[in-house]
Amino acid sequence: MGSSLRIVNGRVYDPANGVDGEVRDVCIRDGKIAADAPPDAKRIDAAGMVVMPGGVDIHCHIAGPKVNLARKVQPEDHRYDVHPRTRVTRSGTGGSVPSTFATGYRYAGLGYTTAMEAAVTPLGARHALEELHDTPVIDKGFYVLVGNNVLLYRLLQEGRLEEFRNALAWWIKVTKAYAPKLVNPGGDELWKGQRNANITSLDDKIGPFELTPRKVIAGFIEAATALGLPHPVHIHCNNLGHTGNVATTLETMRLAEGRRTHFAHVQFNSYGPAAGKSQTNPTSGAREIAEFVNTHPNISADVGAVMFGRSTIMTGDAPLAYMLRQFGGTKWVNADTENESGCGIVPFTYQDRVYTNAMQWAVGLELFLLSQDPWRMVFSTDHPNGGSFVTYPRLIRLLMDREFRKARMAEVNQKALDRSGLRDLSREYSLNEIAIVTRAGPARLLGLTRKGQLGVGADADVTIYEEDPDKEKMFSAPRYVIKDGELIIEDHEFRVDHEGRLLHVAPDFDPGIEQVIEPFFEDFYTIRFANYAVDDRYAPHHEIIPTAPQAAGARP
Amino acid sequence: MSLAFTLRTPPTVPLEAEVLTPARLAGLSAPEVAKLSVVHGNERADLGEFFQVQGTADGGGAGEFRLTGDLSRVKHVGAGMADGRIVIHGSVGMHLGAEMTGGEIIVEGDAADWVGPEMTGGRIVIKGNAGHMVGAASRGSAVGVRGGEIVVFGNTGNEAGHGMRRGLVAIGGDAGDFAGVSMLAGTIVVLGSLGWRAGAGMRRGSIVTMHPVELLPTFSYACTYAPLYLRLLLARLRRLGLPVADAQVSGRYQRWSGDAVELNKGEVLILEA
Repeated sequence: MGSSLRIVNGRVYDPANGVDGEVRDVCIRDGKIAADAPPDAKRIDAAGMVVMPGGVDIHCHIAGPKVNLARKVQPEDHRYDVHPRTRVTRSGTGGSVPSTFATGYRYAGLGYTTAMEAAVTPLGARHALEELHDTPVIDKGFYVLVGNNVLLYRLLQEGRLEEFRNALAWWIKVTKAYAPKLVNPGGDELWKGQRNANITSLDDKIGPFELTPRKVIAGFIEAATALGLPHPVHIHCNNLGHTGNVATTLETMRLAEGRRTHFAHVQFNSYGPAAGKSQTNPTSGAREIAEFVNTHPNISADVGAVMFGRSTIMTGDAPLAYMLRQFGGTKWVNADTENESGCGIVPFTYQDRVYTNAMQWAVGLELFLLSQDPWRMVFSTDHPNGGSFVTYPRLIRLLMDREFRKARMAEVNQKALDRSGLRDLSREYSLNEIAIVTRAGPARLLGLTRKGQLGVGADADVTIYEEDPDKEKMFSAPRYVIKDGELIIEDHEFRVDHEGRLLHVAPDFDPGIEQVIEPFFEDFYTIRFANYAVDDRYAPHHEIIPTAPQAAGARP
Repeated sequence: MSLAFTLRTPPTVPLEAEVLTPARLAGLSAPEVAKLSVVHGNERADLGEFFQVQGTADGGGAGEFRLTGDLSRVKHVGAGMADGRIVIHGSVGMHLGAEMTGGEIIVEGDAADWVGPEMTGGRIVIKGNAGHMVGAASRGSAVGVRGGEIVVFGNTGNEAGHGMRRGLVAIGGDAGDFAGVSMLAGTIVVLGSLGWRAGAGMRRGSIVTMHPVELLPTFSYACTYAPLYLRLLLARLRRLGLPVADAQVSGRYQRWSGDAVELNKGEVLILEA
């Protein structure tokens, strides 16, 4: 911080401020975007280059106990992808689940400066925070898993809605989370109680509880709205990955009833019923989902595109992981986090010749190409579930370059392609739209007002790419990356290391709720109540994003 | 004259020398070879700091070179080689011939752990003993040796042929525990005795031993016979120099099927006393 910079001659894409490729100066002072810079400020000549805010990843899996399990279960994934140290940066390993340091550097190396870890059990918060602390350069936060939480279920079941809301706020605050996350609500609870059981509809009874996923989801949307969280409930719907799940997804979206709700990696929830002779091969449900999102400004989604090649399925959806391991047939992990969640990890490879994988790939692209509001259908591969974040540049090229997309389409399973709507879509994303789906949009959906934009007072997180007709090449290696006003990458090389901040929220709650939660802990948890809350030592550099009433679908 | 390396300064910590393959050295003069980069502990160093180099490398990838001295801390010799021949007069360190696809490595002394992990072709001959994980899958991988031959005249440690898919591991002495664990196919011949839990989790493939062995309860007796392929195989091992007795070539073998946890399609053959 403290240094000043003036970026001149670059074509600036700052959609949040209506700047679409104008050549103008961007000034930086004390880590923020400023109206002007002192005359002696360092100048970056960005002629022939594109200037954008730093990328913001709204949904990825980069830290915490399940990510570490995924690293440990596949040493072979790291062997050929060593991330060597440099004069200023530390070493690590890559593969589909990179080590913490490699994760931070590789995100920065793509021009990303913020990323949100999308699923951490409350009990895993300490571990996640320690790993996020070791993830350099980027700002980061995590979503806390509350959708299969036994005490929250009890409060909801008994209709104690005020206590439910206070308990939710307590859980978010004491774990230093950024948003509440629901994963297959009810699914894990059922899975843990009965052999091979899973939720199949919003009206299934959840094991011993007088609850259904419908009731649970509506309860969380209600409570999160009342808490005024900057990012609403982040939902991984029931029936994820199952043929015909588009009906469940649409029903879940309707539960929002005009309130802000985010749907994670919606590609995995956009499959139509089976087609042809097959009982299982899904069709594409992308059109229905895209239409619903297009016409409902309270709904937002990240795509969770599938990219062919090696990936790692890691999820709080334990029954889903069980289903997927039957295809792969090699090693896998399934874990139970006592009163809070389940977990599954399966090393996986998406193959372009396989019907289902090709359909998933097509559905992801369809969702992007059918979306009429890039601010609400934003970029993700659900790293590393749909593919590693290092495939982002290729995905950008697939969206921006029709011919490249066509060439790739010729190589995938044609039967799947025939049953998708991808052949009918000729749209190409513009640089402005890419800037929205990868930066401005996610930042706005997260309620991060100083990110994803280059207005005066914004965080000086800036990426400068050299223009190239090959967009994959262009987005693979930015010439400059600036984080908090510091020139981290110059001429494609790391110049300094940097530690980003933890972004979290601290919603208010009635302290009396602890009298309700504590006895439950003493009875059912393996950890004492007094030892549960995560203290500030786990977040040495942090920023609390304020809570306030949020308007649904509003554009600032 | 082919290249000849003599270890002058034994490394104090492991020396990673994957440059020591015929293809990498092809056409280089001795001074050029001495300048090749190796990793000593966590520092880069020149090969010449450790080895005295004489001669000139053979042209093409199919050259031959010799290494002399106690190389037990020199790792990755011949790793990834595709052609040519390496002769080591002395002992050698870990990961010898790792993932090699062809060519031949002869070690006159002992070899450390991880001889030929995940090799797909070629031959490694160890005249002394070898450590653990001979011809094994690297940690995390499901598949080990996919082809080629590893012949050890002495004893080996644990997990020889772990996850092997094809090819031959022949051991003149005793094998440690878990020989052929998780093997998918291929052949392991042990002229000495097998350790505990041989063939645990094997799917297919053959493990042959000349001594009585206590197998896991998931192996079941099938029959006693004299498999023809084994005669041919043992005759070939004798030609390679292993001490195969006539009684072994012409003997009858008990066939035990297993591992039952993986559908019983593998076999352990035990020479009938």
